[in-house]
Amino acid sequence: MASRETILARVRSALADVPSTETPDDVPVPRDYQHTRPGPDLVELFVDRLMDYRAVVHLDTPVAELARGRGRLMVPPGTPGEWLSGVDVARDDPPLTATELDHLDGVLTGCAVAIAETGTIILDGGPAQGRRALTLVPDHHLCVVHREQIVRTVPEALQRLDPTRPHTWISGPSATSDIELDRIEGVHGPRTLEVAIL
Amino acid sequence: MSSTFVGMPSFPKAASRAVGNAQLRHNLHKATHTIRDKRAAAVAEQPDWDDLRAAGAALKNRVLRHLDLYLEQLEEAVQRAGGHVHWAADAAEANRIVLSLVRATGETEVVKVKSMATQEIGLNEALAEEGITAYETDLAELIVQLGDDLPSHILVPAIHRNRAEIREIFQRAMASWGRPAPADLTDDPRALAEAARLHLRERFLSAKVGISGANFAVAETGTLVVLESEGNGRMCLTLPETLISVVGIEKLVPTWQDLEVFMQLLPRSSTGERMNPYTSMWTGATEGQEFHLVLLDNGRTKVLADTVGRQALRCIRCSACLNVCPVYERAGGHAYGSVYPGPIGAILTPQLRGFGSELDESLPYASTLCGACYDVCPVAINIPEVLLDLRAKVAASGAHKGEKLAMAAARRVLSSPGLLGASQRTAGRFRKLTPRRLPGPLSAWTDTRDIPAPPPQSFRDWWASREEK
Repeated sequence: MASRETILARVRSALADVPSTETPDDVPVPRDYQHTRPGPDLVELFVDRLMDYRAVVHLDTPVAELARGRGRLMVPPGTPGEWLSGVDVARDDPPLTATELDHLDGVLTGCAVAIAETGTIILDGGPAQGRRALTLVPDHHLCVVHREQIVRTVPEALQRLDPTRPHTWISGPSATSDIELDRIEGVHGPRTLEVAIL
Repeated sequence: MSSTFVGMPSFPKAASRAVGNAQLRHNLHKATHTIRDKRAAAVAEQPDWDDLRAAGAALKNRVLRHLDLYLEQLEEAVQRAGGHVHWAADAAEANRIVLSLVRATGETEVVKVKSMATQEIGLNEALAEEGITAYETDLAELIVQLGDDLPSHILVPAIHRNRAEIREIFQRAMASWGRPAPADLTDDPRALAEAARLHLRERFLSAKVGISGANFAVAETGTLVVLESEGNGRMCLTLPETLISVVGIEKLVPTWQDLEVFMQLLPRSSTGERMNPYTSMWTGATEGQEFHLVLLDNGRTKVLADTVGRQALRCIRCSACLNVCPVYERAGGHAYGSVYPGPIGAILTPQLRGFGSELDESLPYASTLCGACYDVCPVAINIPEVLLDLRAKVAASGAHKGEKLAMAAARRVLSSPGLLGASQRTAGRFRKLTPRRLPGPLSAWTDTRDIPAPPPQSFRDWWASREEK
C-alpha cells in the first residue's frame, strides 16, 4: 500500500501549478465533434464497410438456411429457435473447454449493436451471444444483425452499451499487417466472418 | 529475449550505423510510406477529425490535471467490479508484483499481448530470471522475440524486417520455442501468418495466465480497453484463468462516453483503418476470471511535473509521428535506444529516464523540427515545442562544453568593434590557408559542412574605403 501513497503524493506535488480550487469540469473540453451525421442508407453503408474488410454478407436470407450444412455450430444461450431448424448444434452447457471449442466448425450468434460507418459488430454477452470465448476459438463466425441494431457512428453505439458488461468489437475477420504492412485476413481469431442482416 | 537497450550509444552514432544499412532503409521507407498514405485516407474520410482531435487533447488534459482524483476513482471502480489493484512506483516494483502474482498461480508460462508498458519495464527478462517464460503472441512481437531482436516501432515492432528475413527467423527459431515452422514454409505473408497461428494455437488453448497492457482505462467505470488486429489479444484476455494488466497511470480517460473520441482517433491514426479488427473492453473480474490491475508510475510523475513536457503524457501510442518523421524513416527505431522510438520517443524517453546518459541527452536533437509529427498527432502534442524545451534543459545542465566555450569567445569578439575588425582582417589575410576540415573534436562540425571561405575584405572595411574615395 506504501507505493499507492507514494504515487499519489508524487502526482499531487507534480501538479503544484494546478489551482487547488480547480475541478475536472473546469478544464474545458470542446465537444464540437459530431454525434451523428447525414449520409447514405445505414444498411448500404454497413454492407459496404463489411465487404471492405472481406467479410461475407447476406441480406434477408433466413438464418437457418445459412447455418445448415456448415458442420457443428456453437449456439449460445438465448438463440431464437427459428435460426436452428436443421442445424447441427453444440451447446455450452456444461461449459466447453477451449480445446473442445476448437474442434467445432463454427459459431452462430446475434449481436448487441453494429456501427455502419466503421463496419463494426459489437457483442456484449447478452442473449444469443454468450461468453467471449465462444466467438473467438471456432474458426468460422456467423453473426446475425437486425436492422434496428445498426447505428451510424461510434458515439451512437457507445450510448447504447452498458459498460459493466464485457464487450468485443469485431470489424472484419482476424487480420494482421505486421509483415511489410500487407493486410492479411486470418490469424488467431475466426478466419471467416459471415454477417446475416435481417 | 536477451537483447536490451541498456548501454546504447548516442543517437547520432547509432543512427549513422543504421543509415549505412541499405536493406533497413528500404524496408523502412516502404513501410512508413504505405502506412502514412493509409492513415491520410482514413483521416480525410472523417469529417470532424479536427474537432475530435481537440476533444481528445482536452480530455487527456483534464485527466492529467486531476490525475490523483481519477486514479482513486479508477481503483475504486475496478475493486467494486471484483478486480485487484496494485501500485508500482517503478519498473522493479512492477516486475516484483507481476512475478508474485504469477508465482501464486503455480504456473511457469504466461502468454502476453503486445504491451509497451511491459516492454518498458523489461518484464519478460525479469520473469525469465525467475524461471518463468513469457510468450509474446502478437505476430510482430513474435518475430522480435524469436529473432532475439529489439522492437523498432510502436505499432509494428518488426517493421525493420522483410518477409524473407521473417521466414528465415521462423525456420531457425520456432522449434526451440514450441511447434516448429512447417518444413515447406515460403515467404508469402499468408504462409507466415499461418505458421504463427499454428505455432501459438496450443499455447493459447492451454494458457492459465495472461499478461496485457491497456490502451485506455475508464476512471468512471473501471473498464479497460485493448485494441488489436489478430485475435491474439482476445485469446490472452479471455481464455486464461488469471489476467494481469500493467497500465501506465497516464492511460486514463474520464468517462465511458469519452471513449467515443478515442475509439475514433486511435484506429484511424494508428493503422489507418476505420476500425481495428478486434477491441476488448472489460470491467473488473469478468466471466469468472481473476483480474489484477498494476498501475505503473516509472517516471510518469516526473514528466507530469514539467508543465511543458507534461503534454507527452497525452500520447495514445498510435505511432503516426514515427511514420511521418524524416529522421525516423532514415535512422530506424533502434537508434533511439528505447521502446519508444521516433519523435514521441525523443521527448518521452529522456523525460521518463532523465538526462543520465549520452544517449538521453542526444535524443532531443534527433529531429529537424519540421513539425510533421505535431500535424499528425491525434491528441495534438506539440512535439517540436517539447524538443526545444528539452534542448534548453540539456544546454543548461552543463552539456556541450566546447560549444559553450566557442560561443563565449564569439560573444567577446562580436561585442567589440575593434576586436571584430581585427579578426576579420586577419581571417581575410590568411584566407588561402583556410582548411576544408577542422582538426580534433571540431571535425564533428565539418563532417557535414564546408567552412565558408572568409571574404578578402569585410563589409565595414569596404564601406570605410568607399567613404575615403
